[in-house]
Amino acid sequence: MTTDMLTVRGIRKTFGRVHALRDATLSLPRGQVTAIIGDNGAGKSTLVKCIVGVHTPDEGEVSLDGEPVQFTNPQQARDAGIETVFQDLALVEELTVAENLFLGREPTRGAGPFRLLNRRRMRSEALDMVSALAINVPRVNARVRRLSGGQRQAVSLARAAGFSSKLIVLDEPTAALGVQETARVEELILDLKQRGVTILLISHNFEQVLRLSDQVQVMRAGRTVALRRTDATDGQELVGLVTGAIIDPATAEAEVADAHEEETLA
Amino acid sequence: MTTTDAENTGALTTERRRLQLSEVSWPELASTIGLVVMAIIFVVLNPGYLSEGNVSAILQASAILIVLTIGQTFVIATGGIDLSVASTMTLGAVVLGEFYAAGWNLWAAALAGFVAATIVGIVNGLLISKGGITDFIVTLGTLSAASGLALIIADGKKNTIVEPVLIRMSVDGIWIFSWSVLIALVLAVVAHVVLFHTRFGLHVLAIGGSEESSRAVGIRTWMVKTGVYLISGSLAGVAALLLIARVGASEPAANTSFLLNSVAAVVLGGVSLFGGRATIVGPVVGALLLTALVNGLTRVGLSEFYQPLTVGIVVVLAAFITRYQK
Repeated sequence: MTTDMLTVRGIRKTFGRVHALRDATLSLPRGQVTAIIGDNGAGKSTLVKCIVGVHTPDEGEVSLDGEPVQFTNPQQARDAGIETVFQDLALVEELTVAENLFLGREPTRGAGPFRLLNRRRMRSEALDMVSALAINVPRVNARVRRLSGGQRQAVSLARAAGFSSKLIVLDEPTAALGVQETARVEELILDLKQRGVTILLISHNFEQVLRLSDQVQVMRAGRTVALRRTDATDGQELVGLVTGAIIDPATAEAEVADAHEEETLA
Repeated sequence: MTTTDAENTGALTTERRRLQLSEVSWPELASTIGLVVMAIIFVVLNPGYLSEGNVSAILQASAILIVLTIGQTFVIATGGIDLSVASTMTLGAVVLGEFYAAGWNLWAAALAGFVAATIVGIVNGLLISKGGITDFIVTLGTLSAASGLALIIADGKKNTIVEPVLIRMSVDGIWIFSWSVLIALVLAVVAHVVLFHTRFGLHVLAIGGSEESSRAVGIRTWMVKTGVYLISGSLAGVAALLLIARVGASEPAANTSFLLNSVAAVVLGGVSLFGGRATIVGPVVGALLLTALVNGLTRVGLSEFYQPLTVGIVVVLAAFITRYQK
């Protein structure tokens, strides 16, 4: 059990009559990249939001590093060492790179209510953080508004990696990027993995999933329906699992039950 | 934009200067340039315009507006607006006047006025951040409610307040700066430090830039938003004391021009009405400019009927410059 950084067991989440998650189960081996794939509405985002504290699951449990956890907001998840990189809503354009890197946990000096920002420390530590990114280093005093999409995502990754996090969740990290920038961000992700960070990757791009991940968790209709080692699968099988053309015997029975339930509701 | 590590390290030393040069943009300088140009025009038309006495009078007349403008700047920096500042000041003044008339010591009465104004600010903040009602509607409501309360409390009458210390606030001071002005300037300096050198200030700008992103990184946005309206309310409470020092009485007047001018000064100061970018210096100079403009128009003998029109034109012009910069 302790070899897994995060385990999710039997998570259920409904929004009104919509079953967004039914019995979702997931294990993230330490230091590996796990990808979640699935069609739109399969429950990928909801599952991730339940892990990082945006949603509270109706049932089920989440354990981080062997300890059961129950986050009610993203800040708690962050404090526990889970960093999330969102597609686009992570950075404040009007602030500088350094300010964005430290937003929400700025270093201060002084005491009591008269604490002042330690801008010098923010700048020098920000410099270390962005310098650790192999290439394409943005200036730490540049406003994020002036950065390219790839540079922005690099800043987001630097922020996630920079605070001794246990787990980094990447939600479609290259969805908004061009081919070259995607390649650079993928390098950064592999670089994080080299440093031993556990990563949960949500992606629509099967080729990217095959390039980056160690294992792939397939979701369909709110269930985690199949788990494959990346080196033991291929794009065709993954497509089949996502669309339901291939059904893993382990979950077949449950899925038939779901379908039946949907019919009775309708 | 893309630099090597070495360049980036080298940049750290000269960073401060480079930061300031790149940060200062046209709209942020517009109010200062406008003030200088306007001063030149008026001094040509009326040589006494820049006399020590008149400059002192302009400063003295701008103190209240500066204080209100500082509060408005914090609110607008988050992308909000406080339409209730002037009514809140009126309410604060009336509360002060009533307690004073009831025999309270001036400072105790001033504290009561300050607390009343601060409460209005907190109510604004909570209705907007927790209640999820649009800032415009909430503060439009409290604009009316605060003036209404002022009328009820004062029963429509004014209380004359004669205290030597209040007269000295307007008359005494250091060089051309009366105590009222000095209070306003000290508040401006504190506000600058708060906005640029505290976590709160950074969070104010972050929320103005993107509330969603700010929430995603764990900033408690409702507290920060409540905070800016609280600041605006309590500064209106300070302005209430300055108003009484200037007028010599508390009266339940509307003071609408203070509201319009506080927003106008912020716009003149180059602060984005969408939030995320702000300075304190800009709006303070904007407030000075508006006051100096009215003073100049009076001195060249233009009827006071022309003043609101001129102020309006200047504000729209300033907004125009801001737009072209983008």
